[in-house]
Amino acid sequence: MNAIKQELTVRPLVSGRTEQMVTFFVADQIFGLSAYKVRDVLRAQPLTRVPLAAAEIAGAINLRGHIVTAIDVRARLGAPAAPADASHMCVVVERSGEQFCLVVDAVGDVITVDSVDIEPTPSFLPTAWAQVSGGIYRMQERLLLLLDVEQLLSY
Amino acid sequence: MDELITDFVAETTESLSVLDQELVRFEQSPNDSEILGNIFRMMHTIKGTCGFLGLPRLEKVAHAGEDVLGKFRDGTLQPAPESVTLILRCIDQIRSIVDNLASAGTEGDGDDSAIIGELRTLADGPAEPSEEPAAPSVDGGPVLSDEGFPVAADLLAEVALAVAPVQAPKPKQQQQLRAVQTSAADAPIVVRNEPEKSEAKPDSKVDAPKDRAGSQTIRVNVEVLENLMTLVSEMVLTRNQLLQLTRLSEDSVFKEPIQRLSRTTTELQEGVMKTRMQPIGNAWSKLPRIVRDLANELGKKINIDMHGEDTELDRQVLELIQDPLTHMVRNSADHGLETPDERLAGGKHETGTIRLSAFHEGGHIIIEIADDGRGLNTERIRAKIVERGMATSEEAAAMDESQVNQFIMKPGFSTAEKVTKVSGRGVGMDVVRSNIEKIGGTIEFRSAFGLGSTFTIKIPLTLAIISSLVVQCGGERFALPQIAVNEVVRISERSEHRIESLKGLPVLRLRDSLLPLINLRQILKLDGESTGWSPGCNTFEGYVVICRNGSQVLGIIVDSIADAEEIVVKPLSAILGTMRYFSGNTILGDGRVILILDLNDLASDIAQEPVQPSAAREPAEDIRKSGESALLFHTQAEGMKAVPLSRVHRIESFDMATVEVVQGNRVVQYRDQLLPLMSLDGEEGIRREGRQTVLVFGSDGAAVGLAIETIVDIVYDELAIRKPSRSAGVRGSGIVAGRAVDIIEPEYFLAQIAEDVCTAELEVAA
Repeated sequence: MNAIKQELTVRPLVSGRTEQMVTFFVADQIFGLSAYKVRDVLRAQPLTRVPLAAAEIAGAINLRGHIVTAIDVRARLGAPAAPADASHMCVVVERSGEQFCLVVDAVGDVITVDSVDIEPTPSFLPTAWAQVSGGIYRMQERLLLLLDVEQLLSY
Repeated sequence: MDELITDFVAETTESLSVLDQELVRFEQSPNDSEILGNIFRMMHTIKGTCGFLGLPRLEKVAHAGEDVLGKFRDGTLQPAPESVTLILRCIDQIRSIVDNLASAGTEGDGDDSAIIGELRTLADGPAEPSEEPAAPSVDGGPVLSDEGFPVAADLLAEVALAVAPVQAPKPKQQQQLRAVQTSAADAPIVVRNEPEKSEAKPDSKVDAPKDRAGSQTIRVNVEVLENLMTLVSEMVLTRNQLLQLTRLSEDSVFKEPIQRLSRTTTELQEGVMKTRMQPIGNAWSKLPRIVRDLANELGKKINIDMHGEDTELDRQVLELIQDPLTHMVRNSADHGLETPDERLAGGKHETGTIRLSAFHEGGHIIIEIADDGRGLNTERIRAKIVERGMATSEEAAAMDESQVNQFIMKPGFSTAEKVTKVSGRGVGMDVVRSNIEKIGGTIEFRSAFGLGSTFTIKIPLTLAIISSLVVQCGGERFALPQIAVNEVVRISERSEHRIESLKGLPVLRLRDSLLPLINLRQILKLDGESTGWSPGCNTFEGYVVICRNGSQVLGIIVDSIADAEEIVVKPLSAILGTMRYFSGNTILGDGRVILILDLNDLASDIAQEPVQPSAAREPAEDIRKSGESALLFHTQAEGMKAVPLSRVHRIESFDMATVEVVQGNRVVQYRDQLLPLMSLDGEEGIRREGRQTVLVFGSDGAAVGLAIETIVDIVYDELAIRKPSRSAGVRGSGIVAGRAVDIIEPEYFLAQIAEDVCTAELEVAA
């Protein structure tokens, strides 16, 4: 813990505004995503694989008549693939008018985060993680990594 | 005010297209006062409206043009081709200002004095000074000052003009007017309720834009229609989903209302589709002008003849075929048709004709572009094919006319002796073909030397909804556009059709032809439960979908056929990047997303594959010992023979009746050289008649042909000698691909002819 504290040099100078975060789990890590950015949370959807697409592309799903590309967040973060029989859930986000479906292991509670308590991304994180991180929020038992959707979807 | 300008731009764009056409007609029949009256009226309207809207630049240009037209009308000036060209340039200038007006909202600040000056000079004669002060008069009356008309006469002319449009226009003119109504891509398109009843409307519309009361047509923005189409497409998909659900439950209370909904949806879909339909004449409207300009430039006499211009097709398709059509007409004018002298010498009328026709045929539109020009010289194309190395002279000679003609649509193929700035016949024909194939169409070419050539294009009516065949492969489903599917062949151990392998590539013998096959599972790296087809596998059970891609016929190996369904093509998400093999995706009736296969991409793979050596293509064979590719073949004597593939220069098939004897050696004329023929079986190995396969060793200068019976396979293996040879020309015996073979020594045969006269040029030998 001390090591982490040393790494965190700057604390953001933001006034105490609270924000609702949807939490979800990928490869045993808890992530947070601003509730404003989340369009939908769905149970596992029938996925259509896209042959020859990048590893991050989990496939395409039919979301109420719209074809939405599903992103395998595990693959995007360079984490090992989930076991074949593991369940998954979908978090639907929007980026520049197009919807995307993030395939995650599980979706947790919606928590309220005070922006004062958000700390910048520590520099020792693996690049794949640091790229998509919007900061760290310290929960009671664990660290919540805030996800930057823009970064996650740009590669 | 803004709305007025928008209306003005839309209407003027239409009028300008009509003016283009009318002027070309006028040039052909300069004495037709009705055409001239029409032209004058349209120009006058443009000028008048400009004055009204306060567009001085446009007004000046239009005024100058109108002055010249006025002289034509009064008979004081004889229309010559140069003056018509000048008027056309004036129209181009107006068009560019109007374009600027549409995009930037202002007239822009270009300089029109050059064109105005030229028009003035033409109207007034070189001596007359220009009438600058009189020009910007806002009332827009024709300035007839030359003849000293009093103002009252000017007004009379106005009155006469106002009365003129009441005359019923000729049906043909009307047709053209309607055709160009919607030509500009971004301009609002016109929805007609009852075009038949609005007889006099198009004309009066052009002349009096403000008088639109009681009109049967309204202007609707294209975007609104596109949006409507998207919504209807969604609705069709949902309807399909509902139908599928009710099909599953036997006695649902929803059954009847859903049936009704289904019918209404179908009607709605047809109705909305109809709003997108436009007469093909829209795509043709620019052509008379293009042909006229070309004819002047090339010094030819060309008549353009159009049939079926009211044949309707989808707006989107129309836009996509516009450029290919223009290109083909240019091609015909430039290279298809001869000069008047050549035509007269060939016993034809000095005026050449390009004939465009369009008609419906079974859900498709057929467009024909025919000319009565020189046609294609197949001999010259054959020579070109050989020159370009696209085939050997023997192959070229064996091709029939239609096969030869297909070559003009291959990339970089042109037989034009001189390349003009307009086109080179063949240059760009491959682009035309790929553009047409992109929208699911096909193009065919027929030609009779000396009589003319005809292009036939077949395109679907609409792109929005297509019928598709749903196939299954490697646990995934894919949609194939039904239009491309010829037939489906069942493959099993018991069926008459089996997938065979040639150079490790799958092929199917269907009736008389050998079709290249696409191993979809391998190309898309699919897995799935069953194993799929692989070279040497005889137990594969599945289907081959025979498809047509342009002139190419190919088969796709799939596991099963799932369904046939109407689908709405949606583009792939940008995040997927540039995906090969898929042209889009869609949602099926059962709610699942499905990818649509792109036949063009799949077919292009086949075109490349035979070029690559088989060893390089199979990554699995990368872990290999020091080996090489060997050609296995049979001769008359028993036993398999092998030769290193690298030593085989070519494999030819000769007509053995053409074999001649020089200095006791049997030779065949090959690429202007004499190719000595040898055989492993002595004299008997070389046939006296029929065709025989010959392996050519060595290069052109010193080559020798080895006559053989059949080629068995190409394998990759170590050509190690296990048993030395006792016979001439055989290096030894070994085991290649599990078979005992004699390994042939090409050097032996080359050495035989090393000092031979046969390598001399043909003339010397003869």
